[in-house]
Amino acid sequence: MKAIEVVNLTKRFGDFTAVDSINFSVEQGEIFGFLGANGAGKTTAMRMLCGLSKPTSGRAVVAGFDVGTQTEMVKRRIGYMSQRFSLYEDLTVMENIMLYGGIYGVPKATLRERARQMGRRLDMTSDLQRLVADIPLGRKQRLAFSVSTIHRPEVVFLDEPTGGVDPIARRLFWEMIHEATGDGTTVFVTTHYMDEAEYCRRVSVMVDGQIRALGSPSELKQNFSISTMDEVFRALARNSLRSE
Amino acid sequence: MKTLPILLKKEFLQFRRNKLMPRLALLFPCMVILIIPLVATMDVQHVGVAIVDHDNSTLSHRISTSLDASALFSVTTAPTYADAMAMIENDRADVVLTLPRHLERNLLSGQPVAPDIAANGVNGIKGSIGSAYVMQAVGESLISATGRHVDSPSIVYRFNPTLDYRHFMIPALMTMLLIMLCGFMPALNMASEKETGTIEQINVTAVNPFTFILSKLIPYWIIGLVVISIGMAIGVAVYGLVPAGSLTAIYTASALFILVMSGIGILIANFSSTMTSSMFLMLFIVLIFILMSGLLTPIDSMPEWAQNITLAVPPRYFINIMRSVYLKATSINALIPDYAALALCALTSCTLAAITYSKRN
Repeated sequence: MKAIEVVNLTKRFGDFTAVDSINFSVEQGEIFGFLGANGAGKTTAMRMLCGLSKPTSGRAVVAGFDVGTQTEMVKRRIGYMSQRFSLYEDLTVMENIMLYGGIYGVPKATLRERARQMGRRLDMTSDLQRLVADIPLGRKQRLAFSVSTIHRPEVVFLDEPTGGVDPIARRLFWEMIHEATGDGTTVFVTTHYMDEAEYCRRVSVMVDGQIRALGSPSELKQNFSISTMDEVFRALARNSLRSE
Repeated sequence: MKTLPILLKKEFLQFRRNKLMPRLALLFPCMVILIIPLVATMDVQHVGVAIVDHDNSTLSHRISTSLDASALFSVTTAPTYADAMAMIENDRADVVLTLPRHLERNLLSGQPVAPDIAANGVNGIKGSIGSAYVMQAVGESLISATGRHVDSPSIVYRFNPTLDYRHFMIPALMTMLLIMLCGFMPALNMASEKETGTIEQINVTAVNPFTFILSKLIPYWIIGLVVISIGMAIGVAVYGLVPAGSLTAIYTASALFILVMSGIGILIANFSSTMTSSMFLMLFIVLIFILMSGLLTPIDSMPEWAQNITLAVPPRYFINIMRSVYLKATSINALIPDYAALALCALTSCTLAAITYSKRN
């Protein structure tokens, strides 16, 4: 079964077509990179997949349910972490875990056990009782990812998850994502760091609301006969009408 | 519904950790109820009376002495009317009393007499109430001078015998507190979740919108009831104003009214994307609520079209209940229309708040 299947998905705001009839699918357990310049429409597309935005036309199936009509069923099966920081800063990490896990109906004892595991895995046991506001950004992002998967979702959506942190913190973040996909979780991630694209099994590049390229990083580099994803991205984005 | 306790716990933790909100919710009511009744008094005292005495008779002297003896007036004499007017312009007098020539003679011979009173209209309340006091005092002197016994009308102010403005004001202040706190705090809370982006994280879960809105309403409901209790306690302790009616009547009305205000606060936040815009909209609504609800000026003296508008202003019902229960001990049964109107408003605003809170756009 495909984790995500998108057919002619479109979103218009008045005259402006933010997402223009895109098609793609994501395999279960895959890390799928959703690339695009600012304003290319990737956040809008992702918000539709999460049920935060209603598609104008087309359809998308996430974890077996239609995002247009079975939104709440989709929501029960996904995790989401946005670029705008998504944990409550005035709660402790543990309180955030109990809140999000509780909303998804995970029993308290299970949540406590998972929190312990998470603390050990990230080497952040001492951070569990700290207020989120007091934790450095890089650690916070790794915690936010772990909290967004505390209910063991089938698909996790990450919207520019590593904005504003140094390369070491980003590397740690991606190692963690790779570990997470080991148990079959599908990761759908938007980014504009091209070095991060190399961590993905497949990537799509969005320009002006359309998907202009899709494939594994090595395939894309081969097709464009260039050596880095950075150059692939620039070759595609060069013709953008919406460029800043 | 299983998620409601979890969401409520989050709200209370956040409220407790907030540096401003708990203090605001406790100190604001204390300050308002302690200070405002003392300063914003409408009791008129120290009315400056300038007397222009053209008669210079026993009677005219008796009138000035009797005014001077009253604590309400501070009397000065002016040689001419122009001098007296100058005193008004300099703010040294509020009312000019002119006693015409032959006042005593005309009065004793049974001819009509007309002392003339002019009042400063700049401070309208002091001018009008002050001149009424002066008129009453002069009238009494004139009557006693004729030696005839005249029954003057006896006025008794029921339910607030001394017309103590505070008794009228404290229920009004408590209403204002609820309007401010229970309207603004939920609006701020919702708008700040929007601004920090945490609401996205909630929207992406399968949480029921009604449950989420309830988790926003209930904390302010409790805070509002605490605020009302603080207000009543200070009213008793400091001003000796014990509600004449039942506490049940007061708490029932408060419970409904808080829901109205919190519902409106959330409704506003649903339609604004930032805290700033939600605060601006709230301020606008609160101002209209305060001015149109009969809090400051009686609804009966508004033009008819405005009176009709006040029917849609929820605090109008609450203030009416509060004053009736507080001063007249009116029972819930006698105020059923007001309670029903409040309940309807509460239902409408909370339902609208829940419906317009949309998890996706």
